[in-house]
Amino acid sequence: MSAGTEGPLRLAVPRGALFGETLDVLDAAGVDTSELRGDSRSLIFETAGMTLVTMRPSDVPTYVEAGAADVGITGKDVLLEQSDRPVYELLDLGYGRCRMVLAGRKGSDRLGEGTMRIATKYPRIAESHFESTGRQVELIEVKGSVELAPLVGLGDGIVDLVATGRTLEENELEVREEIVECTARFVANRVAHKLRAAEIDELTAKLREASG
Amino acid sequence: MIHPIPPGTRDVLPEEMRELRALKAALIEVFEAKGYGEVATPALEYDKVLNRGGGRSDHAAYRFFDEGGELLALRSEMTVPIARLVATRYAQAEPPHRFCYVAGAYRAVSPQRGEMREFLQAGVELIGASAADGTVEVIAVLEAALDAAGLGSAVIGLGDADLYRDLLGEYGLDEEAREGVLERLAAHDLVGLETELGEAGVGAERIATCLALSQLRGGAEVLEQARGYGAGAATRAADRLDDVSRALGSRTGDHRVQFDFGLMRDLSYYNGAILEVYDPAVGHALGGGGRYDGLMKRFGLDLSAAGFALYLERVHTAQIEERRRGEEGR
Repeated sequence: MSAGTEGPLRLAVPRGALFGETLDVLDAAGVDTSELRGDSRSLIFETAGMTLVTMRPSDVPTYVEAGAADVGITGKDVLLEQSDRPVYELLDLGYGRCRMVLAGRKGSDRLGEGTMRIATKYPRIAESHFESTGRQVELIEVKGSVELAPLVGLGDGIVDLVATGRTLEENELEVREEIVECTARFVANRVAHKLRAAEIDELTAKLREASG
Repeated sequence: MIHPIPPGTRDVLPEEMRELRALKAALIEVFEAKGYGEVATPALEYDKVLNRGGGRSDHAAYRFFDEGGELLALRSEMTVPIARLVATRYAQAEPPHRFCYVAGAYRAVSPQRGEMREFLQAGVELIGASAADGTVEVIAVLEAALDAAGLGSAVIGLGDADLYRDLLGEYGLDEEAREGVLERLAAHDLVGLETELGEAGVGAERIATCLALSQLRGGAEVLEQARGYGAGAATRAADRLDDVSRALGSRTGDHRVQFDFGLMRDLSYYNGAILEVYDPAVGHALGGGGRYDGLMKRFGLDLSAAGFALYLERVHTAQIEERRRGEEGR
């Protein structure tokens, strides 16, 4: 399942919100990403000395843990939510900055009393936040636009990722608590980190410089 | 009709069974030739006896009451049962004791992760041999076992279990802060590690040393690098690894060994040398081991100990993959 010590290093690249800045940082680190910038429908791209595999950010830990990708880039929110997947977190790349927050309806005081019902796409992060602050909540996992939930009475509030806060604003929601700040992280498979030490250390150093 | 079995368990059919049997036989032959007699212990033990091992993440996951009301548990590995066996049956015998096994063990799994609840381990235990000698002997047996399995590309990562506890003591961290930092180190979360050390009041230069140590892995040259950081704990760990390195150097096959200052094993009974086995064909470690000098004491015998265990099914996967690559390369 692993890419092995032979052949190019395999890097998992997140599509979606982190895609553009990830390509910029990779370019700055000397990785050629021109093919990824086209409108190709391919998922796998060969560049000089490296194979770039594009995927959803939330799949990155899965591929890296199994060794199907040697290294990868994804958000800290994804790593926290999948903290049971042992990947090595080597570097904070600094971009893709956003906050995991608890938000409720404007003007409503239904948060903080009794058992709250909270809708979220991040049940583990939410659970550990409420547990560590000593509150009992009922978590409702949703997959799509979570800001919808409190508007139609599914839950008293939400735990979600906020970049600009505009979506919250448009939906008459406001931030009540900040849980954690998230940025893009560079991660590695633990076996690849041992067996391809020189290549991974070199890429880490280049990415540190490119993102710093 | 389909009758399900629990997730994380499996049936093995004749073709795979033949291959596993051949692999088992090859490993046992190596172990026996090196003087390690094969033993079997019960899969079921008293929970309180297994708990003496004091493992943290490897606590037995499956416990139940027998008809007499005794709390039993399925073993999660073989080191503790063999420590129990030696303490009970070899207390008066002259050490060292050498035993090997191929046995099933049982652990809890996370759902939908392809983890196995029931799996086979093949390994050895060397009980009552002194530090460097014992470690070197165990590594030699492991090398021979990897050769016998046909894993030409497998690498043994060799680290030191005392390094970070020692280093954080040197930095003056209290027990609570130390546990927080060790957790980040074990998870290899470098971003969190830096934050955690900063919050504990550790200075920038010392943080940089700790981060660099956790990334330091490679040939004999990294021992010199580790000494260069000027931290007493790092120098002591490098000296201990150097002892092993020198003893290994007098043997032949040390090409397989990579020194790794970032290695952490989460079984709490380790001290001194620790090791893990990697193969490019498998994304997870094939196995691991090391020294656990304190373990026998918990069973009432003051003897040093070392050993390793390989996950037999992963070794089998790596064996098939290496064979395939070898044929393609021809």
